Parts: sequence; C-alpha cells; structure tokens
Amino acid sequence: MADTAVHADDHVDHGAHHTSTGLSNNKLAMWMFLGSECLLFGGLISTYMLYRGRHSANLGPDQVWDIPFTSASSFVLLMSSLTMVLAVSSANRDDDRNTKLWLSVTALLGALFVAGQVYEFTTFYREGLGFTTSLFSSSFFTLTGFHGVHVSVGIIMLMSLVGMISKNKVVGDKKEVVELFGLYWHFVDVVWILIFTLVYLIPA
Amino acid sequence: MAIIERPSDEVEVVDQSTPSEATPESSYGVFRRPVETTGWKSWLFTIDHKKLGIMYGVVAMFFFVVGGIEAMLIRLQLAGPNGTVLSADKYNQMFTMHATTMVFLFVMPMAAAFANYFVPLQIGARDVAFPRINAFGFWAFLFGGLFLNTSWFLGGGADGGWFMYAPNSSVAFSPSNGVDFWGLGLQITGIASLTGAINLIVTVINMRAPGMSLMKLPIFTWMVMVVQFLLLFAMPVITVALFMLMFQRSFDATFFTVEAGADPLLWQHLFWIFGHPEVYILVLPSFGIVSEILPVFSKKPLFGYPLIVFSGAAIGFVGWGVWAHHMFASGLGPISVAAFSVATMAIAIPTGVKIVNWTLTMWGGKIKFTVPMLYAVGVIIQFTIGGLSGVTHSVAPSDTQQTDTYYIVAHFHYVIFGGAVLGLFAGMYYWWPKMFGKMLNERLGRVNFWLTIIGMNLTFGPMHIIGLQGQPRRMYQWTENRAGEGFFNIGFWNLVASIGTFVLALGVLLFFVNIYVSHRKGTEKAPLDPWDARSLEWITTNPPKEHNFDRVPQVGHLDEFFHRKYEDRGADGHHEFHQVATAEEVLAEEEKNADGHIHLPSPSYWPILLAFSLPIMAYGVIYNLFLLLGGAVLALVSFYGWGLEPHTAPEEDYDPPTGTSMEVASHG
Repeated sequence: MADTAVHADDHVDHGAHHTSTGLSNNKLAMWMFLGSECLLFGGLISTYMLYRGRHSANLGPDQVWDIPFTSASSFVLLMSSLTMVLAVSSANRDDDRNTKLWLSVTALLGALFVAGQVYEFTTFYREGLGFTTSLFSSSFFTLTGFHGVHVSVGIIMLMSLVGMISKNKVVGDKKEVVELFGLYWHFVDVVWILIFTLVYLIPA
Repeated sequence: MAIIERPSDEVEVVDQSTPSEATPESSYGVFRRPVETTGWKSWLFTIDHKKLGIMYGVVAMFFFVVGGIEAMLIRLQLAGPNGTVLSADKYNQMFTMHATTMVFLFVMPMAAAFANYFVPLQIGARDVAFPRINAFGFWAFLFGGLFLNTSWFLGGGADGGWFMYAPNSSVAFSPSNGVDFWGLGLQITGIASLTGAINLIVTVINMRAPGMSLMKLPIFTWMVMVVQFLLLFAMPVITVALFMLMFQRSFDATFFTVEAGADPLLWQHLFWIFGHPEVYILVLPSFGIVSEILPVFSKKPLFGYPLIVFSGAAIGFVGWGVWAHHMFASGLGPISVAAFSVATMAIAIPTGVKIVNWTLTMWGGKIKFTVPMLYAVGVIIQFTIGGLSGVTHSVAPSDTQQTDTYYIVAHFHYVIFGGAVLGLFAGMYYWWPKMFGKMLNERLGRVNFWLTIIGMNLTFGPMHIIGLQGQPRRMYQWTENRAGEGFFNIGFWNLVASIGTFVLALGVLLFFVNIYVSHRKGTEKAPLDPWDARSLEWITTNPPKEHNFDRVPQVGHLDEFFHRKYEDRGADGHHEFHQVATAEEVLAEEEKNADGHIHLPSPSYWPILLAFSLPIMAYGVIYNLFLLLGGAVLALVSFYGWGLEPHTAPEEDYDPPTGTSMEVASHG
C-alpha cells in the first residue's frame, strides 16, 4: 500500500489514454450520478412548491422562517465550497498537508451548517411545526432533510478521506478522488442555493 | 484498462497461503480475498460481467415463472362467471404482484442480463467500467426481488395495482404490510437499476475498442445506452414518490391525505413521469435485439442504421413528454389533455420509422427463418398491433371510453409481451450458442415459438373485445347476466383468454425442455459462428474466455465481423460480397496476435455484503428500527471495505494468460 501513490500516477496515465473519450471513468460516473440527483431534488422541490401554501393559518413559511439565521448558515455552506476548491487545488499540487487541512475545514463548515439545520428544526418543532403537522411541514422537512442527509454523508466522506490520506490508503488517483468529492460537495451547495431561494426567500 | 483492479496470479498465491502470510492488501484480518474461479464462491463473489449476466438471466427466468403462475391464477379466476378461485383481496394482490414481478423482476433484469453480457463484448471491452458496482447491482436486484416476495408470507402482497395510486395505497385502504414491502422492494431494485445505468453509460461512452465511433456501435448497444439514460433520470423520480409513500405509511406524513388538503394527482404525476419512460425502458432493449437479428438472417445490413439510432434516441426524448396520457380521465383540463394527446401521437412516428426500417431490412434479403428470426418477425407483427391500439389511446375522447377496461390490458400486453418478451426470447435463441457453447434445438424452438404466438394472441386478443364491451380491469368477478349476447359475449372470450394462458404456459415450458434437451450429454458443441453473424461479440470463442478477447479488436466498420469475413468486390456503387475468411480464421488471426498483458479485476466480498444490508434495513423500516440500524452498520462497514480495497497492483504481478507475446497491449 505504501507505493499506492506511484501506481496511482501510473493509473491516471493509463486512464487518460485508455478511455474512448479521454475522460476518466470515475469522473464521468460522478457526473452521471449528479445528473440523476437533479431529478431527485427536482421531485422533492416540486412537491414542496405544490404544498408550501397548505398549512394552518399561524404555522406557515412566513410565520416560522428566521431569514437572518438561515442566511448566515447558507453563507457558511457556500464558504465550504471555497475551502473545497482550496483542497482540490492543494491536492493538485501534491500538498497532502494542506489538502487534509482544507478538507477538514470543509467538513467543519458543513457540520456547522448541519448544526444550524438541527437548531432550526428544533425551533420549528418547539413552535408546533412537526413533521406531520401539515402538508407544508411534511414536504419542507422532507426536502431540507434530504439535503441535510446529503451534507452529512458528504462530511463523513470528507473525514474518511482525510483519514485515508493520512494513512496513505487512498485507492487510485488521489488528485482525482479529491476532485470527485469536490464535485459532489459543490453539487450539494448548488442545490442549497436553489432551496434557499425557492423555499426561504420567495414569500409564500 | 481503467477497470483493472487486481491480478489473479498474486491473489492466487495468497489464497493458498495461510492467513498469517497474507499481505495486507489482499486480506481483511483473518478473511482472505475471494479468488476462486470455479465452484459456488466463483459465482457469489464474481465481478465478471458474463457470470453476472447469466445470473441476472437465471433469476429473471425464475421470477418470470412466479409472475406467470400469478397470471394463470388471475385467468383461472376469470375463466367463468362468479369465479371462486381467489378472494377479492387475494385477487387484488395477485394482479399487483403479477405486474410488479413481470415489469421489475423479469423484463428489466432480463434486459439487464443481455446488456451485461453483450455490451462489453459488442464494444470490444474486457469488462464493464465498474465491475464491483455491476456485481452490487445484481445482488441488490436479487435481494430486492426476494424481499418483495416475502410479503406473501408476512401478511399478504401489495394490493394497490402496480401504479399503487395514493391515497388508495394509504394504511386506511391497504392495512397489511404489502404496500410497505412493495415500496421498499422497489427502492432496492431501483438502486440496482440506477447503479447499473451509470455503469453501462460509462462503459459504452468510455470503453469502446479503438476505431469504434458512436455510429459504428452495434445497434443493441445503442438501444441499451438509450435505456440507461432513461433509467438514470426516471429512477430518482420514483424514488421520491416511494420515499413519500414510506413516510406516509410508516411515519404518518400527510403527502397523500386528502382530508389534510393533499393533491391526489401528485402521486399520479410522479409515478407516471417515471412510469412512461419505464415503458420504453422495457421495450427498447428488445428493439435492439431485433435490430441485431434481422440483418443476420436477411443477409443484408440493417436498413437505415442511423435512422434507427436516431429514432431510438427520439423515443427516449419524447418519452418524457407523454406521461399524462395515463391520466386523461383524471380531469387535467383541456390544454394538458390536448398537449399530451399530440405528444403521444408524435411518439408513434419514430416507432413507425423503426418498423419500416426492419421491414426494409428483410426486403429483398435471403431470409432464413431460424427460431431467433421467427421471434424477431413475431416482434414486428405483434408489437405493431399493440402500437396501433396505443395510438387509439392517444385520442383523448376515445381513451376516456377505454380507460380502466380490458382494452388497455390488451394493448400493453401486446406491447410488452409482443414487443419486449418476444424480443428477449429472440435474444435467447440467438445468443445461446455464444453464452453456453450449445445450440438450442431448432425443432423444439419452432414449436416453442408457435405455441407462444398462438397462446399470446388467444390470451390478449380477446381482451380487445372484452374491453370494448366494457369489462373493467381489476374486477375480481364478472356475472353471466351482464355478459352480453352473440359474438360479443364476454363469457366466451374470457374463457378463450384463459385457455390461451395455458397454451402460452405450455410454450414457455417447452423453452425449459429445450434447454434441457440441448444440454444433455452428447449434444454437439455449437459451431463458432452458427448464424454467419455480423457484430463484434462473435470474434471470440463460444462461450467467451474470461478476458473476452485475446486481442482487443481494431474496428473499421459497422458490422466489423462481417467485413472481416467478406470482401466487397463490386464497383460503381454496386456491392458484391465474397467470403474471404471463415470465422475460425478470423479468430485464429486474433489469437496469433494476442495481447501479452491482460489485466482482469478480482472478485470481491463487498458488493454482495453491501447489497445484503439493503433488505435488512428495509425489514427494519417495517418491523423494528434497531434492525434498520444494524443494516446501516453493515452498509457502512461494506462501504469502507469497498473504498479501501485496492484498485491496482504492481505490473509484474499481472498474469499474462495468453503468454504468447510480451508486447504490452495498446488497449491492455
């Protein structure tokens, strides 16, 4: 395993020359997966848009949103995209130390966002907006919950990657692995921009 | 090749050694990495696309028999007035599970079987892009299918129809766990389809042999790729719907509770946005198979290859814009109805283009009516009947009359049985010698074919009449006093349909007899090129070696194999093909120039373990959330095991199986 890095480079070389398009298989697969994810969030967002107005008088979007708070946590998530870019850039320079650093910061910012979401959900619940309260609440918690799960999975993967880099156990091309994680992470961020706009900012 | 993960040689050494001697890469503590090439372990942990293809096929045939028995019970119940074979409740379960089984556990995986086995062979690759994900897909499908069917023993199957309209599928109307099993089972097989789709798309786009441009791609591979794109974008939509159904039933969400203000059309839209592309997912692989078979037995190239490719892609695109024709009777409003009506008529055009092209492929050809050819011609005729009744549904006023009658049942059985299933049987007869090295018996095959054709027309033909007379679908009994008079007496035609089912079953039984007869001891080995075939999968042995091709073929033509056997000596736009080489000679040439280094991926435990965690989690959702947690832990362990399993190994460890040349392959 100690010589994975050497072979990893070898592998990239192979990969680039030996696919019909010159694109790496892994990267193409990740793009396909993200394309599929678009339809997943598309379905969830459509459901929310259909049901956003269906709630009792005092527990609708306009009553429960705390826009400044959610704006702050959205900002945190968007900044994590920046740190992810720094991680990819460090990986491209074969700078393991900074790659690990920026991956960890990305995970931390992601965790901060999820913590914000947990806080937000708890507040809503205290105010009487449970998962089963109304069509609005069911579709809201489902949509943002799915997004939160995506971020959480991303955090676990980022931390695992940091561990794997430390132990030199990354299978395949390290630069590409970091880049693939980046693609996933940016996608989750972009989805949040959509959700934040459609769910929070546009008045119901 | 990027797919290469492990050399078989090095792992072999590990296998024979005691665990303490195992290197860290190839063992997990006391466990050794699986390396068997024979025996049950070689199947359980395999990542070879050919073995997985065969397993897909075997399991799909098993579910075909299960679904067939369900169908026969339905027809027994309806054979006479006031049927008593099934109770109303059991009848509901039977038609729901029949459809679900046939669609998700037979036709889709059977197409996946051919796609897995033949796409890498047709594009000159040694495996798919992600062999472990491929293995995971198969096991997820198998476990999902078994999970779904365990509902029979745990309180009864799902009973809401394969479309499972909400709110009719809520706990109030369907109190057993059947719908839960249905939803979770389809989630699991859906994951299998999604991973398979990503895998095959990347394979076709990235792993083609040198020289094989997209417009030289064998037509079956093309149609498979279109289907994988449909799956890629259709599966997440049904995933959303199924999640909401699960939240509704297991966690009291209100997505479909009309009293709480829910829109009953939400489920219908989500389901049919998935459900209509699903129809093309079922039928396009068979179109691909038919398009492979017709040229071979007409001794002509496929007429209008680019048109068939583009019309296949067009069907894929337009297939996304017609879903609401399943909902004409739900009160969508005149504008929606008109738009979807026109779109539905439009989709008949690319389909018609294909039928015309197939007919013109045969026109003027030296046609040989072998069994695969019979089935292929059967597809053209039977599918056209189903396609035409489909166009009658696109006319919304007429559809309103036909909605929920047996006329619809007649239509989609002509399309799915006549189009998809006959095509799959054509593929089995055509590719059997390639997969198993034995020919299926032609005489038995002919009887098999005619019984199937007569059986299907007896079964589904009368349903047009029954339906237009107004017999509703999904009614568990009909009564004599409302059966009508004379030619249109639905009692008579119901009986005919029920008899037809048994003729059909006899036909399918003969297929199994044929397999037995053809594989008895002493039957001859199949010739190398029994059909004088045209595409790349025939430039290898029967069955193919583990590494598929000794040398990755260089492709210069569409129908590469044909052009290696025949030379065009015509002039001035007039073609005159003369045989210049036999298949044996073509193959010998390849063997002589075999690649020195062939890297094959090694088996793995993780795909099957990860797939196994899925039904555990699903049982957890229904029965006990701790079980869900246990399944999740297993999934996590599998993820890490998978992620840490090495991809590549040092060059010197690779096994040169052919051993004739030390030259490193250009594609190797």
